Amino acid sequence: MSTTTPTAPAAPTSALNAARTTATAARVLRQLRHDPRTIALMILIPCLMLILLRYVFDASPGTFDNIGASLLGIFPLITMFLVTSIATLRERTSGTLERLLAMPLGKADLIAGYALAFGALAVVQSALATGLAVWLLGLDVTGSPWLLLLVALLDALLGTALGLFVSAFAASEFQAVQFMPAVIFPQLLLCGLFTPRSDMHPVLTAVSDVLPMSYAVDGMNQVLHHTDMTATFVRDVLIVAGCAVLVLALGAATLRRRTA
Amino acid sequence: MMNYAPDPLHPTAPDAVHAEDLTVVRGPRTVLHHLGFTVPRGQITGLLGPSGCGKSTLMRSIVGTQAKVTGTLDVLGLPAGHPALRSRIGYVTQAPSVYDDLTVRQNLDYFAAILNPGRATAERRHDTERVLADVDLTSHADALAGNLSGGQRSRVSLAVALLGTPELLVLDEPTVGLDPVLRRDLWNLFHALAADRGATLLVSSHVMDEAERCHRLLLMRDGRILADDTPDALRTRTGTDTVEAAFLHLVDEAVAADRTKETTR
Repeated sequence: MSTTTPTAPAAPTSALNAARTTATAARVLRQLRHDPRTIALMILIPCLMLILLRYVFDASPGTFDNIGASLLGIFPLITMFLVTSIATLRERTSGTLERLLAMPLGKADLIAGYALAFGALAVVQSALATGLAVWLLGLDVTGSPWLLLLVALLDALLGTALGLFVSAFAASEFQAVQFMPAVIFPQLLLCGLFTPRSDMHPVLTAVSDVLPMSYAVDGMNQVLHHTDMTATFVRDVLIVAGCAVLVLALGAATLRRRTA
Repeated sequence: MMNYAPDPLHPTAPDAVHAEDLTVVRGPRTVLHHLGFTVPRGQITGLLGPSGCGKSTLMRSIVGTQAKVTGTLDVLGLPAGHPALRSRIGYVTQAPSVYDDLTVRQNLDYFAAILNPGRATAERRHDTERVLADVDLTSHADALAGNLSGGQRSRVSLAVALLGTPELLVLDEPTVGLDPVLRRDLWNLFHALAADRGATLLVSSHVMDEAERCHRLLLMRDGRILADDTPDALRTRTGTDTVEAAFLHLVDEAVAADRTKETTR
């Protein structure tokens, strides 16, 4: 049975364990519950921004429709990116990650737990923001608001994935916060929010073609202008979901049981 | 070579930890140099030496969180870091690793769920209450970990390691910053764990008076093991009265040996 191999064989991390995943998600939400101010900021700021936007474009409701719908997709991405990158950084620096990985916890359990907890929060955040925009601020959506919510949720998962991934490269909270402009701002500029992507310099159009936020915003605009699910919408949704899964897998690779 | 019992769960299996030619490299430095030692089961083994001598690295290697480990390192009959060991070892890092924004009980509940998700809730709660009593924190169970004093937080961290009655406890400086009464209580707890539950404890410390309370000692200096013996044998061998004096004697010997090596080079 026992050999004298110096290092352990590759850990056969058992596939997702539902009980450990939900325990982790519950723990993350419980931590947030002790921090009501963060919850309030996460939920209220997108709503306040939408109200602000509505009256900034008071004279041109068409502009509000376009930008408002895009922002409904962008807010969850940004908030979840920030919250996840800080939360996992704290997990790394406080030693709890080392402790968890020395226990019988699969990396997939940990990541799925985070995704589940922040996904749930994103549903609340997006539902409030979407409801506010559609029913109170008069955002004119041709398609179903449920599809807006679906895209928002996928964006939140993408944000969680990106946050988890970059936290591996941040040694402190200061650095983690700086990853926000580094990872999010270029996507914000190139996603078609300010000007159609086809109007950009061809190089930038090509770059924007491989950035996931472009598809998140495009998906929102598809719902805005079409009554039913277009092929483009389905493509957009699949790309955003695919990116989220890919980056989550990359994030899992940054969780090491053995560290120097 | 050691012969291993076919069943790794068998309590009469030999040594809890067995190392041969164990070397660890961190960055450009070799932190542990060709260590060979054994930690017997059911006893308290003290790991002593000045800070920076490699105690924590050795403990991390045993629990399987240290990278770049070469040589032989078997823990409870399996190679260190084996997935089957994760529920059989309790590990306390030097800095308390608990969630500051959860209460003591919420911390324990979460780690208990990770350790053994299949267990009934009532059974898990019983386990939580037991470890709370072990570290004398029952009255603080509903306080946020972040609001506790340093010594209390390190006891929460210890309580987590006691969940699920592990066979091997690896404790990195568990008594740092505790007052004398608590330190005595914890050492009584360690002895009870070894005597009543048959647990093996590997406890690091740089306070030499704690060495007297251990069954066996591993004295370390500069990534090497100076001595591996019982406190009594160490004192007798070096002709000293205390483990501290014995340690200093051995350090002086090692320094002298280093010097002669250098001059003859």
